Formats: sequence, structure tokens, C-alpha cells
Amino acid sequence: MRRRTILGYGAAGAGALVFALFVGWWQVDGPGAPEPVGQRPMALSAMDFSLTDHEGNEVGPETLIGRPAMVFFGFTYCPDVCPTTLSDISGWLDDLGDEANEMSVAFITVDPERDTVDAMSEYVGYFHPAIRGWTGEDEEIAKAVLGFRASYERVPTESGGYTMNHTASVFLFDAAGRFVTMIDYHEPREFAVPKIRRALEEETEGAT
Amino acid sequence: MRTFFTTGALTALLSSAGALTPALAGSEDVVVEGAWSRASIGMNRPGAAYMTIRNTGDTPVTLIGLTTPLAMMPEIHESKTNADGVSSMAPADEITIAPGESVSLEPGGLHAMLMQLQTPMTEGESYPLTLLFDDGGEVTVEVPILGIAARGPND
Repeated sequence: MRRRTILGYGAAGAGALVFALFVGWWQVDGPGAPEPVGQRPMALSAMDFSLTDHEGNEVGPETLIGRPAMVFFGFTYCPDVCPTTLSDISGWLDDLGDEANEMSVAFITVDPERDTVDAMSEYVGYFHPAIRGWTGEDEEIAKAVLGFRASYERVPTESGGYTMNHTASVFLFDAAGRFVTMIDYHEPREFAVPKIRRALEEETEGAT
Repeated sequence: MRTFFTTGALTALLSSAGALTPALAGSEDVVVEGAWSRASIGMNRPGAAYMTIRNTGDTPVTLIGLTTPLAMMPEIHESKTNADGVSSMAPADEITIAPGESVSLEPGGLHAMLMQLQTPMTEGESYPLTLLFDDGGEVTVEVPILGIAARGPND
């Protein structure tokens, strides 16, 4: 009787310990850990990466400073979300008309293995001419993604290939390279275009 | 064969319940509207098809698969974007459409993912896509191929 009670306390104690360890793991390393994504992107001036645009020019965050910028991640082997994003952005740029010429627009691939400079060149050619396609070394792509506080992940498919999960938001920066806001995927166009205008206006304010 | 059995069983069930519904329920009542695809660049990249699938009948129908001469592996996939703005894509489960309801395959959500293209998808052309239902029925729709930057069936 007494022995059983002690065993019971022992089991409860061990259970509590396991539970405490589990809670600790959950909060620090597990699914409950704070995600680095969801933070605000760094200012372009604080970022550091070096890529190549679809015409073979060396580009980096400094390329985007001086004009308001719109930046997003994707990959050209993406059948659904990416062409939709590029089409949406092309539509926004059409709506902006001449104002679109005052912006830099960069589409950074998260799949440099397949998205070579040539592949990017062919792909962006089907969308608004303001959209530049950037690719480069894996490490440089990773540095860019980190700067934008974005994320990406290579996922094998059942057909033996792979697809990429990636941040689908569009990031907006003012002419000084400061992060203004982002346009989430699926956001209606009536919200997107005013947000872009805001980035354009901050440039004007900065200039006066 | 399977259609015959299902329909027979259903008729028997309805008859015994006293409901003498003459209509054959199931995929005969499926109507596909507004189908479209974007053109592809070559054959290495997967394509996608979009459409609205409407069940005009009075029993649920379940879409279980796809076939098309255009692609070796056509599947229904679903793109999802989480709270952090990260998009991912995965095969979707079977899609059941309730009577009178419809399901939209549209950019950024459910779509027919066309893997292992057999020919490039050329703007201005079209291809047949067959939807397979759990009652053994099939519905084939001719899908027009629009430009790569198309945003909807009317672009």
C-alpha cells in the first residue's frame, strides 16, 4: 500500500519532469519557438548580398536605393503563386502608369539551381518591363532572404523533383531604402496600389 | 460498370424510401465553367489549370482525379499562404461538391497542377482535361491556353 503510494509519487514526479522538459523544448526549439519571420525587413542600406540581374549586371541592395522599390521572392518553376504574383504586380504597375517608371522592381529567385540568368531573362520578359529578375549563388540568395526576414525551403515532390515554399509577400521600400510596408499575397488590388503610392510619396517627402 | 452499380443502388434506396426521383444523380450533373490555363515556357516547368466546377444535381459528387494527354501527372493541388506570408503547395484531398454548390480552382488556391508536360502549352491553343469522379463518371473540358501573364479566364 505504502510502496504503491511512493511509486505513484515517483511516477507523477517523473511525469512532471518530462512535461517540464517538453514545455521547455516547445518554447525554445519546438513549434512554439518564436519565428524569425514576421519581423520587419531590415533597411536596404543594412542588407548585404550580391546577385546578378537577368541582363547579367551585378546587383545588390544598394542598386535599389535612390528610388522607391518593390521586392518579392519566387521561382520560375512555380506554376501557380509566382505567375499570379508577377501578373498582379504587372497589373499594379499598369495602374500606376508613368509613376511605375519611378520605381525599382526586383523579383529574387529562391531557386538559383534552375533559375539561371537566362531562365530569369526569358521569364521576366513575359511580364511588366519594370520587373527585374535577380539570381545568384545559394549563399547570396540566403543572405538576401535573411535581410528581408523572409523564408524559403526546398520541398521534394512525389514525382522526384522539388518545389519551393517561400514568402510570397511583396516588400515596399522608400527611396532612402527604408522599409515602408508589405503587400500580402491575396491582398485586393484596391489596397495594393495605394500602398505602392505611399512608398512613392515617402520618396517625395524625403526629397523636400 | 461502377456508374451502373452506384446508380442502381441509389435508385433502389430512393425507391424504398418512397422518393421516386427520376434524375440520375452524380457526375452527369457536373458543369465546368471558365476553364483556362497560362502558357508555359517549354516543357520543363509544370503548368496549371483553373476552372469552376458546379454540381447542378441533387447528390454530392467527389472529384478523385484528372487525366489529360498534355501531362503525364495531372493532379489537384492547393496553394496555401500561412500567417507569416509563406506560400506552399501540396496535393489536395478528394474534393466533394455538395448539391447546388461549386468549387473554384483559381490562382493561389486549388488548381489542376499539370506535371510532366508532353508538349509546351502555347498561347491560343487548347487541350482536353478530363475530371474523374467517384461514381465512375468523367467530364471532359477543353481548356484554352492564355498568355503567361493572364490573371483570369477573360484575359
